[in-house]
This record gives sequence, C-alpha cells and structure tokens, in this order.
Amino acid sequence: MLDLLWLIPALPCAGFVVLAMVGSRLSRPVVASLGVISVGLSAAVALLVGVDFVWFWPENMYAQRLWTWIAVDRFTPAIGFSLDALSLVMILVVSVVGFLILLYSAGFMIGSEGYSRFFAYMNLFVGSMLTLVMADNLLLLYLGWEGVGLCSYLLIGFWHSDPANGRAAIKAFIVTRVGDASMAVGIFLIFVSLGTLQIEDVMQKAQITWAVGSGTAIAASALLLGGALGKSAQLPLQTWLPDAMAGPTPVSALIHAATMVTAGVYLIARTHVLFMLAPPVLTAIAVIGAITLLIAGVSALTQHDIKRVLAYSTISQVGYMFLALGVGAWSAAIFHFVTHACFKALLFLCAGVVIQGLDEEHNMFKMGGLRRVIPGTFWAFLVGAASLSALPIVTAGFYSKDLILMEAWSSQAGGGWLWLAGLTGAFLTSMYAFRMVFLTFFGEAKAEFHKRPDISMTIPLVILAALSIVVGFIETPRSLGSITFFSDFMESVLPELPAGALNTAVEISAPLASVIGLYLAYLLFLRRPRWTERITGTAAGSLLHAYWFSGWGFDWLYDWLIVTPLARAANWNKEDVIDLGYGAIAWVSTVSSMALALTQTGKIRWYAAAIALGALLFIGIVVLG
Amino acid sequence: MGQIPTEHGLILAGLLFILGLVGLLARRNVIFMLLSVEIMLNAAGLAFVTAGARWNQPDGQVMFIFVLTMAAAEVSVGLALVLLLYQKFKTLDADAASRLRD
Repeated sequence: MLDLLWLIPALPCAGFVVLAMVGSRLSRPVVASLGVISVGLSAAVALLVGVDFVWFWPENMYAQRLWTWIAVDRFTPAIGFSLDALSLVMILVVSVVGFLILLYSAGFMIGSEGYSRFFAYMNLFVGSMLTLVMADNLLLLYLGWEGVGLCSYLLIGFWHSDPANGRAAIKAFIVTRVGDASMAVGIFLIFVSLGTLQIEDVMQKAQITWAVGSGTAIAASALLLGGALGKSAQLPLQTWLPDAMAGPTPVSALIHAATMVTAGVYLIARTHVLFMLAPPVLTAIAVIGAITLLIAGVSALTQHDIKRVLAYSTISQVGYMFLALGVGAWSAAIFHFVTHACFKALLFLCAGVVIQGLDEEHNMFKMGGLRRVIPGTFWAFLVGAASLSALPIVTAGFYSKDLILMEAWSSQAGGGWLWLAGLTGAFLTSMYAFRMVFLTFFGEAKAEFHKRPDISMTIPLVILAALSIVVGFIETPRSLGSITFFSDFMESVLPELPAGALNTAVEISAPLASVIGLYLAYLLFLRRPRWTERITGTAAGSLLHAYWFSGWGFDWLYDWLIVTPLARAANWNKEDVIDLGYGAIAWVSTVSSMALALTQTGKIRWYAAAIALGALLFIGIVVLG
Repeated sequence: MGQIPTEHGLILAGLLFILGLVGLLARRNVIFMLLSVEIMLNAAGLAFVTAGARWNQPDGQVMFIFVLTMAAAEVSVGLALVLLLYQKFKTLDADAASRLRD
C-alpha cells in the first residue's frame, strides 16, 4: 500500500496536465469532475497510505526514491518522497481540505470565465503543495515551494481583466520572492557546509558538525526562516496576504488560509533540528509570531471587507503557529495548523456563499440579517467563527490554541510576555470573529440575497463544520480528559516539551479572554453600535482606525522605503547607464563610417592618389622610423 | 663603355615613376591613364635591372621579365575595359564612370 505514495502528488499533477492541454475543449461538468476527482483520488490514496502507515508499518518513516533528478559530482538530489508523522498530517490536511474546496469550487465557479483554467491551476497547486510536504530533500521541497508560489500568483490574478488583481498578484509574487531568495541562499549554505540536501542527512550531520549557537547554524536557520516568513506572511513580509484576497474565494480558502501560508510552519517544523541549534533564531521566531498575531488581530478588527478580516485573521493565526514553533512547542504548532485549516477553509467558503449571494458585495456594513435567509451557512459560519475564537470545550480551535498558550507559558523558551501576547491575541480573535458574525448575519437585512449555494457547495461546508468541532478532540489538556493522541503520534518526528506544572489561572484565562472578546463584540457591534461610532468618532479614534485599517502602514512604509526609490532609480536609469558605453561605440563607428564614406567618390584617380599617398606614408614610416 | 652608376639608374627610375604617377592622376582619358601605368611599371622594372646590375645578379632581369608579362596581361584586361567603357558611356573620361560610389 505504501508503494502508492508517489500517486498522491502525481494525481493532481496529472489532472493539471490534462486540464491544461485539453481543458478548454471539454464541457464544464467534465472539467469539474476531472479536477475534483483527481484531488479526491489523491485524498483517498492519502487516507489508505495513512492507515497503512499508522497501523501496519513498523518504522517511524517510509522513504520512496523514484529516480535521481540531477547528478553532478556529489550533488545528486533525487525525486523522492518520505512519509513520517509530520508529512502524513500535512498530506492528509492538504489533500482532504483541498478536495473539499475543489468540490465547492465546482459549484462556486460555474458562472465564471476560465473554468478549466481555474481547475488546472488548483490542481497544480495541490500537486505542488503535496510535493512540498512529501519531499525528502530540500531541493524538491524548494520545487514545490516555488510551485505553490507560482500558483498563488496565477490564482490571485485569476480575474485578470481588472488591473488591480494583476497588481495584487505581482505584489504577492514579489514579496514572497524576497523570502524565497533568502531560503535559496540558506539551502546553498546548507549544501556547501554539510554536502547534502537529503533532509534526514542534513539533520544528522548538522547535529554533529555544528555546535549549538554556532555562526553557520544561526545563518542557515535564519535564512530558512526568511523563506518561511515570506510564504507564511509574517512580519515583515506580511503585506501581500490581505491584497491576495483579489482572487476567487475558494483560492483564498485553499491557498491563503488552509495550506500554502502554513508552508513556512511546515518548513520550520521539518528542519527543527537546525533551528534548535540556533536558539537566537528560535527566540526571533517566537517574538515575530507574537508581534504578528497582535498587529494582524488589531488590523482585522478595523476592516470592512469580510475577506480582508479573514486574511488578517490568517496572518494572526499563523502568528500563533510561529509563536508555538519559537517556544519549541512543535506539535502544538502543527495541531493548530490542522484545526486552523479546517475552520479557516470553512469561514472562507461561507464568506464565498455570502459574497456571491449578494452580488460580489464584500463590505460587511452593507450586509446583515442573513441569519434567516441562509440559516445553513449561518450555522456553518458560526461554528467556524467559534472555532477561530477558541470558544471553550466545544470547538477545535480551543484545544489547539489553548495548547499553544499553555506551552508558551510553561516552556523554557517562552515566558510571561509571549503568553500575554497570545492571550491578548485570543481576546482580539474572538472579538473580530464575532464582529464578522454580528455584522453579516444579525441586524437588519440591507441587501437582497440572490444565489443560494447548490449541493456541491453545501457538502463541503457541512463536512468542514463537523471537522472544525471534532478535530480538536484528538488532543485535550490534562484537566479535560488528557487525550494525547496527536502529540504521541508526532513524537516520532518532533520532540515534545516537558509537561509544565498545572496552573489553573493560566488555564482559565485563555477561554475567559475569548468569552470576553465575544461579549465585547456583541456589545460594540450588535447591541450598542453607537458606542463604536463614538469611539471611532474621536480624533484619536479615527486616526488609529485609519492606521490599523491600512495594516499599520506597512504598505506605505515599503512604498516609501523601497518601491518609490526603486521606481525613481528605474525611471532615472530609463536610458540604461551601462548601455551608454556601448551606445557610444556604436555612435563612433557610425560617424566614422559616414566620414569614410565621403572618400568613396567613384573616381578612379582619387583612389589611385590615395594608394600612392598611403604607400608614401608607409615608406616614410619605414625609412624614417 | 663605362659603368653607369647605380644612382643614375635609380634616379631615372624614380623620375619615370613620378612621371607615370602624375600622368595617372592628372589625365582623365583612360587610354593615357593606362599608358601612365605602363610607364610606372617600366620604372619599377628599370629599378629591378639597376639593382640586379649593382649586385651582379640575374634576379633583377628575371623580375623584369615578370613585370613585362604582367604588364602585357594588365594591358589586355585594361584595353578590354576601355572598350566596354566606351560602348557604355560613349566617352573615354574615367571620371564619368563613377556609379560604383552609390
């Protein structure tokens, strides 16, 4: 059964090839079934392989080497896949959530141009993401990494007739490219100093070769971190994600929430041995995560566009994962990734239903009262929002976020400040999540609802809603049943933190924060909207609102610091300074050729005179010289 | 008969050469230009013979035979060109045939 491992990424890639070649000639139902079934089969294979691996495979790891990709001297990266607990979890989430989102897209995109193009890109995306998480060497991982970056670019700019979408796509591509360049240099450094790119060997050799805190270890892990920051939209490379909402909603659900942005988390977890050799980098990860989750949470609170709220919330939740990675709570980060993938995909898909039903209306202040119009979507969205806010006991988000906060508190690398940041983030999260719920589904109806979701869109919502509740129960805190199924499973790959002392105050404060946030959202956005207006009405309030609305002015800062000077330099250099030298050579030869052309009179006596003069000259030189 | 000094021979050859060159540059009639070229060739031949006599070597005279042969060939080609030129332009003015400039 495990031999089928290669099929998991191959099936979506095959789907992409078929759709890209003949997709435009097929009818829409055929295109949709090709696109959905290829990923569905891949998910099925992943489940089979997973069952086989967990129950029947005696070892912790299964490797499948298909062929040697490149062979240059010692440099022989292979096309090879490896399966362990970490990659199995990633594979399952990517393929299952991917399948559900593709199923949803079949109904969602039915009225859109470029139906087959959409499914081709989506399949390529799933294929690349699966390659990324299954790769057994860093080069293949990098191939998948760039593949998802490419698909992200193609899908953000999917509706290419609007130049704004193209700009958003280019922005996402360039900003993540900054991170990718850093990651590429990191991979070069690893190869130069360790002589291999096989992830297993790299980890083993790094432990032997590099001392804890040595310069090379810090440089290599910091460079890899740069790549992770770009892909996962963390400070300071987070600016691309809110703009990436220009793509179709299923794209936002799949790429910018559930899977691709967590590639950075996966990379760090996969190479955690390197990071453990570089404690300063780990601290930086935790601090970056904490700051990112706070500023993105505050920004989410001020947005009007429902998808931008979700985008900022993604940045914020990935910030939690980084915080967890930074304090060494590896499996907590992956656990939060799993729950986040479920509830964030759910939230985005529900938002898609709302936006499509209201004729592409994104502004939450123009929605309202949808609770009675689409009760099913309302309940699904409520489950997603509750899970995002980590409402205690019943939601999946509670268990994962609680675990992160607990470990941030008890870990040696963690501490009070990081925990406090996480706690504030939890409060902000439930506030903006329920702000969305109240503005969209409660209150007065402000617009007419047109298009109800069809069956292919409802099924994924139901499944994801169920997952958003159930997934949490695979890992519960000691005070609530103490199920450690997930962390036990992960233990074979990721080291576990020593269990900290039980601290009731810490344990209670997280659920309390989310409940307070929920109540405050209820008060400010449903019960007493006047209060909100009064707060934002003051000078300081409106200034802060504008500042947070723009995402803390990072776009402005980068424009001022990088984009404008570059554009100015490019403008100044429009004629190309380096070309000037070559241009001068061309000019001199043109002019001298024109001058010499004057001597070509066609009169033979002139030529004879010239020959005589020339001969005289040379004889003169020879005789006198 | 006394020996003619080498210098005299060379000066004569130089004078002849300059004469031919001036004729070549100054005359516009193609026939006269060909004549001038012949004079220049003969000047070169004279220089060879003089030099050969100076070193008591036959090579100078051998070279003169070569020059003579070449001059004959050159004249035959040149005269053919002159005929064509005349047929084309109805004139023997070399400056009239300046179309190759363009």
